Amino acid sequence: MTGGMFAMAHDHDHDDHDGHASELSEMQLRVRALETVLAEKGYIDPAALDVMIEAFETQIGPHNGARVVAKAWADPAFKRALIEDATKAVQSLGLINRVGDHLIAVENTPGLHNVIVCTLCSCYPWEVLGLPPIWYKAAPYRSRAVNDPRGVLADFGLKLPTDTQIRVWDSTAETRFIVLPMRPAGTEGWSEDKLATLVTRDCMIGTGLPKNPAEAA
Amino acid sequence: MDGIHDMGGMHGFGKVEPEQNEPVFHAVWEARCLALNRAMGVIGAWTIDEGRSGIEQLPPQVYLAHSYYGKWALRLENMVINRGLAGADEIAAGHALRPGKAVKRKLGVADVPHALTRGSFGRQAPAPARFKVGQRVRTKVIHPATHTRLPRYARGRIGTIEALRGCHVFPDSTAVGAGENPQWLYTVVFDGRELWGENTDPTLTVSIDAFEPYLEAA
Repeated sequence: MTGGMFAMAHDHDHDDHDGHASELSEMQLRVRALETVLAEKGYIDPAALDVMIEAFETQIGPHNGARVVAKAWADPAFKRALIEDATKAVQSLGLINRVGDHLIAVENTPGLHNVIVCTLCSCYPWEVLGLPPIWYKAAPYRSRAVNDPRGVLADFGLKLPTDTQIRVWDSTAETRFIVLPMRPAGTEGWSEDKLATLVTRDCMIGTGLPKNPAEAA
Repeated sequence: MDGIHDMGGMHGFGKVEPEQNEPVFHAVWEARCLALNRAMGVIGAWTIDEGRSGIEQLPPQVYLAHSYYGKWALRLENMVINRGLAGADEIAAGHALRPGKAVKRKLGVADVPHALTRGSFGRQAPAPARFKVGQRVRTKVIHPATHTRLPRYARGRIGTIEALRGCHVFPDSTAVGAGENPQWLYTVVFDGRELWGENTDPTLTVSIDAFEPYLEAA
């Protein structure tokens, strides 16, 4: 049973043999009703929602974080500034969207691997990484990242040396974390733009590593 | 609140299943739902902590049965009704039946850039910080029935203050409408074995960002 088991404001008559499909149609209707009512009440403007959604779909995404990481790899002074105060450092890049306060960059080293999670909800540095993927917001990741991070990394096909220290950052406040992965070997002399092509979303969460230079387009 | 949302360390949820080339939204209603929720935050209908508390108050079986944005839609509906911003009858009808309440500000197209900037939660400190970097602290054993950001797995545990993050709005207060009550925020790091027992991978450390009222000197 899914979907229709929670009938709060009104009852629904439908069967729940197909939970996903039933949630889809139920939610389409509920959200449409909410939007219409809230707009007619004068609280929101649907045109503003359109602009917001377009920003999430086209402007705000992990390409922003990839620029940050690539610059940190290429520019030691920027890297120092990023570790010192990531909000300020990222702001200086002039990304399309302004970065919120309390962004913190945590650096991977040969002996230390960082992993970001939000066990309580879905806190995520969306200004630099975009909206979080479903798995980041779902129970398997949120439950296991703090007590079995190596098992979680294995789900992503990532196996780290057994003596690598694993540090998990649980995002329990309004601080937000981005992992600064290690620059891959064999990228000496690469431009920031070329370096950015190696930076995946997952390597900035800690559930992956950057691509090898051989994998780059 | 010791709710189903507090998932750190729970067993039985299975493997993480990343989706290849995942789209930003999987359906139009997800995008509308996200934008509606954010818009209601921007107009000052509720604070971020009241909103999180709204999700946590969904019954556990509902929380687990719904997708992420499904929960957001249910929360939005509950909060809109509970705050008298719209009636259940209006949502059922799909149209406003009465005029809206006065709100702090409206969200128009020109306000979207502002709406896309995460709020700042740093505040003037009412008192000096009690703890220093490097100090050992114990998290308190608390079980408030209302919103808190101290996860269950990290209660009553000894850790080390690794960083002071400034003085921030205290979610436990704002979530219940008791004002911002700013508190110092610390990154506290725990050995994995302190949290999960002696058979834990010795290479594991876990940190939380903990507000000062969650901590006592160890």
